[in-house]
Amino acid sequence: MATLAFLVLAALLVGSALAVVLHPNPVKSAMALVVTLFLLAVVFVLLEAHMIAALQIIVYAGAIMVLFLFVIMLLNLGDEEQRARPRRRVVVHGVAWAAGALLAVVLVRLVAGAPLGRPAPAPEGYGSAALVARSLFTDYVLPFELAGLLLLVAVIGPVVLAKRGR
Amino acid sequence: MWVDVGIAAAKAFAVVMLVLNMSLVLLWVERKGSALIQDRIGANRANVFGGLLPFNLGIINTLIADPIKLLTKEDLIPAGADRVLHFVAPFLAVFPVIVTFAAIPFGDVLVIGGRTIELQAAALDVGVLYVLAMSSLAVYGVVLGGWATNSRWSLLGAVRGSAQMISYEIALGLGLVAAIMTFGTLDLQEIARAQGAHLWGVVPLWGILYQPVAFLILLIAGFAESKRVPFDLPEGESELVAGYFTEYSGMKQAAFMLSDFAEVVVVAGLATTLFFGAWQVPFLARDGWHLPGGVFVAMPHLAVVALQIAAFTIKVFALCCFQILVRWTLPRYRYDHLMDLGWKWLLPIALANVVVTAVVVVLVA
Repeated sequence: MATLAFLVLAALLVGSALAVVLHPNPVKSAMALVVTLFLLAVVFVLLEAHMIAALQIIVYAGAIMVLFLFVIMLLNLGDEEQRARPRRRVVVHGVAWAAGALLAVVLVRLVAGAPLGRPAPAPEGYGSAALVARSLFTDYVLPFELAGLLLLVAVIGPVVLAKRGR
Repeated sequence: MWVDVGIAAAKAFAVVMLVLNMSLVLLWVERKGSALIQDRIGANRANVFGGLLPFNLGIINTLIADPIKLLTKEDLIPAGADRVLHFVAPFLAVFPVIVTFAAIPFGDVLVIGGRTIELQAAALDVGVLYVLAMSSLAVYGVVLGGWATNSRWSLLGAVRGSAQMISYEIALGLGLVAAIMTFGTLDLQEIARAQGAHLWGVVPLWGILYQPVAFLILLIAGFAESKRVPFDLPEGESELVAGYFTEYSGMKQAAFMLSDFAEVVVVAGLATTLFFGAWQVPFLARDGWHLPGGVFVAMPHLAVVALQIAAFTIKVFALCCFQILVRWTLPRYRYDHLMDLGWKWLLPIALANVVVTAVVVVLVA
């Protein structure tokens, strides 16, 4: 049952991920990315990581992608195929293919190196908010707080830059 | 196994029906209520049985005639519109709002035929986060609906709507954080169970006694999320025709309207669960009434469950009516005032509330 659910999900996930890359219209491409992120959250649910799934939707699908969409709409980008100049397209596509191939090689090596067989069953309370929070606030408290500080800088920075001209 | 699937399906069905029916009844309450507030007779023209009945059946207009009208109207797609996104947007507006209710418990447990059924469509240990996640997805219906139609009114409405919803989501989230800290769990069913005690044996210890500020923040942010007066700038019919759904007709337009009303129901459901004891009836425990003074009156299990579900429904409905009352009492905000309220008032107050709550929680523990 879970395997079947995963296979259907994986097929949808790959389809929507391909749509992100291949769709010529930026808005639809962004919406395909939203679908991809949402489906990825469902994969997390299948892995019993409810907390991560919820955060995935709140942070990526709900917040970051809305801003993406906002920017695309405000810039009013047309279809990509009509805009890009031919020579530049060759360069861009070449770089993209090279980066993609590199990533694919790394991924294949990673998966091939992973131990096969059934993993041990998840411990009690695995993926619950309490467990994730405990490890965040004990073992990883310094990186966690530093990441928060970094985000604060990223929030204040644009405000300072925008106000400088006035 | 099939019984389990059936039970899950029945619970999901019950929740969807609760939201949809409540939304439709609210539409009627809104029409009649606005008439009451404005001192006129509202929605009473329905000539059923040739006027032979001694009372009017205006409710028929709202509950039966209106949906039929909307279903049979022509479905217009403007010439410059993006057909796919124009089609998808109403669904994206309705879906996240209705599924939000899955995490909200509408009763305690039902023990029937040796089975213990949690009266909650999805028992999630991250219930509050799930609610936030789904409500954050509701923006897409507004954004795409406004953009896909290629109309300036719609686009302006969409830009306003998304800015407003994102701004108030932050205050909403921080308001909920304070409530979560009080109860020490993200599970909405556990939060509901934690509100069964009584202060001095008389006053029910509901969340609002601990977190009145968080309740106000949730309510105000809820008005902004449901995009109704006083925060109806995305629709603003006197400026933008109908805002982001200007170019929709028939059932798709109705879907956008439904999503607004369903959002009202969801906000009421969430506020009930966190601040008004969810399905708790004062003095009623699983086995019967524990009245003050040590009096105990036993009650059959099914009656207790029925009472709890009824109590939840009544509380949600009362909060919905309160929201409608506010909607017909206050004028529309100016846009900069709206942003000021969200960022300069609600956000700092919510933050201060979180800090105070944290200090108190640590001191008490």
